[in-house]
Amino acid sequence: MAAKTSRPSQFASLEFILGACLTTVICLAVVFSDVLFPGGADKIDLMARLTKPFVSAAHPLGTDPLGRDVLARVVAGGKISLLVGFTSVIGAVVFGVLMGLIAGYYRGFWDMVVMRFADLQLAMPFILLAITFIAIVGGSLTNTIILLIISQWVQYARLVRGSVLTLREREFILSARAIGVKDWRIILQHLLPNLIGPVIVLMTLNVANNILLESSLTFLGLGVDPTIPSWGGMLADGRTYLQTAWWVSVFPGVAILLTVLGLNLLGDWLRDSLDPTGRTSR
Amino acid sequence: MAGFLIKRLLQAIFVVIAITLIVSFAIRLTGDPAVMMFQGGGSMTEEDLMRIRAELGTDKPFLVQYLSFMQGLVTFDLGKSFVGGTPVARLIGDALPATLMLAFVSMAVSIALSIPLGIKAATSRGKLADQVIRVFSLVGLSFPNFWLATMLVLLFAITFNLLPPSGMSGPESFIMPAVTMGVILTATNVRLVRTAMLETLQSQYVMVARAKGLSESKVLYKHALRNCAIPLITYFGLQFGGLLGGIVVIERVFNWPGMGTLAFEAVGARDYPVLQAVITVLSLMIVGINLLVDIAYGLVDPRIRTE
Repeated sequence: MAAKTSRPSQFASLEFILGACLTTVICLAVVFSDVLFPGGADKIDLMARLTKPFVSAAHPLGTDPLGRDVLARVVAGGKISLLVGFTSVIGAVVFGVLMGLIAGYYRGFWDMVVMRFADLQLAMPFILLAITFIAIVGGSLTNTIILLIISQWVQYARLVRGSVLTLREREFILSARAIGVKDWRIILQHLLPNLIGPVIVLMTLNVANNILLESSLTFLGLGVDPTIPSWGGMLADGRTYLQTAWWVSVFPGVAILLTVLGLNLLGDWLRDSLDPTGRTSR
Repeated sequence: MAGFLIKRLLQAIFVVIAITLIVSFAIRLTGDPAVMMFQGGGSMTEEDLMRIRAELGTDKPFLVQYLSFMQGLVTFDLGKSFVGGTPVARLIGDALPATLMLAFVSMAVSIALSIPLGIKAATSRGKLADQVIRVFSLVGLSFPNFWLATMLVLLFAITFNLLPPSGMSGPESFIMPAVTMGVILTATNVRLVRTAMLETLQSQYVMVARAKGLSESKVLYKHALRNCAIPLITYFGLQFGGLLGGIVVIERVFNWPGMGTLAFEAVGARDYPVLQAVITVLSLMIVGINLLVDIAYGLVDPRIRTE
């Protein structure tokens, strides 16, 4: 797309401030959840079962049918989401960037392998891959992370390969080769710093995306263990008593929405600042 | 053109073979179906197991099983479900139309929303309307589809009792699932329409149309929109895979009798002929549609062929 978005910088900085605030507040709350809620997310208070939200100071967001505090569970549930979101992206980046560098720099066999994987990924929606994978290995936290890495490394590989194909013909790479710099040094010292921008943009957007995917999987019963508090798991629970206790289904969803929105705002802002050509636009 | 067609076809055939091979192989890793069929069914002898394996054909080598599955795929004979013994082809025949109908209605909702909104954003670029649409698009991208679906049920089925909470019955049962998927697709589509329109609006034929004194709506909808229709149709076509994936998830919320519900029941019951068939059929449809979109694009725009 040739048309470059021009926006008043005012909006861009608003986008950054909002995104950074949301992300920071949520990350801090989740990291310090044990300090904020010393009772823990699983503390059962049978006397306060099904407390409505906004009426009790002890349970600001109400309690579920077992008398567990919804706010404490929402904050604790964020641990799973953030853990899966960040580790899966780091795993996919490490593997994907490496494969993309090799494919783009050496071409040939590895290039073909990466591109064929890309074709496969286009034809297989994530959820179908997930159903097959989980049917074989079973649902768990580790398997969810592995599944996300398997389904996403190709995105980084393709992005990096594309950049390397143009970079490798540039003078500074050609001259580095001409004076006999070793391949691994060209790749790490000359290529990598030049393509890190779009990779960071894609990473931010994918942390957001993976939080969504993890919560869908857990909601469907294919993700993390339902006994661990997680946003998808709480929403799956809440569905059974939607008629009597709407708040159990509302607040975990709001938490997902705000977390993902914060990261998407940051990613959008980063894209405009780091990747003006919009290679990572979706 | 012939070269492009052959190359694209070979690519699609490779993907089809790879997907069917991987799925067939992966499903076999889940365990011996003969043992699974006996689960909870009391004692079994090695002879019973052998008999069932022979009946199911799982005693043959993997490649033979794979070829007979592929043959079955072409002749619509996909074996029988482990649960109840219904022919798998019939289960798929019942579930696929429900999923596809929902997919088309959702796509229609999204096109109806994203084209006017995208055009509005492009024509008021940088102004308030553009920013508002951009914020809505970002919020839409951040919505978990299954949660949006749950919230619609809470609002329109439970609180106001206006719409049926689940199942596929009359046209009104399509409203909530189609709006859920339509809104989420619109979040992406509105940006695509905006970008495509921005590019078109700078072209000379739009300037000529304006210079002729045509009304703004004629310029936008007749001249500009028509010219960016081709890239837009391509984007919408390539979204089909993601759309099906989304529908598979929200079918669970609405108890929609489609492929997603079929797949989750099959996972729960370890009903592996059904699971294999669902995944294979959906993936093949996506490969088919991507192929058609590419070929159509190649026919219309010769530059693509040389890529």
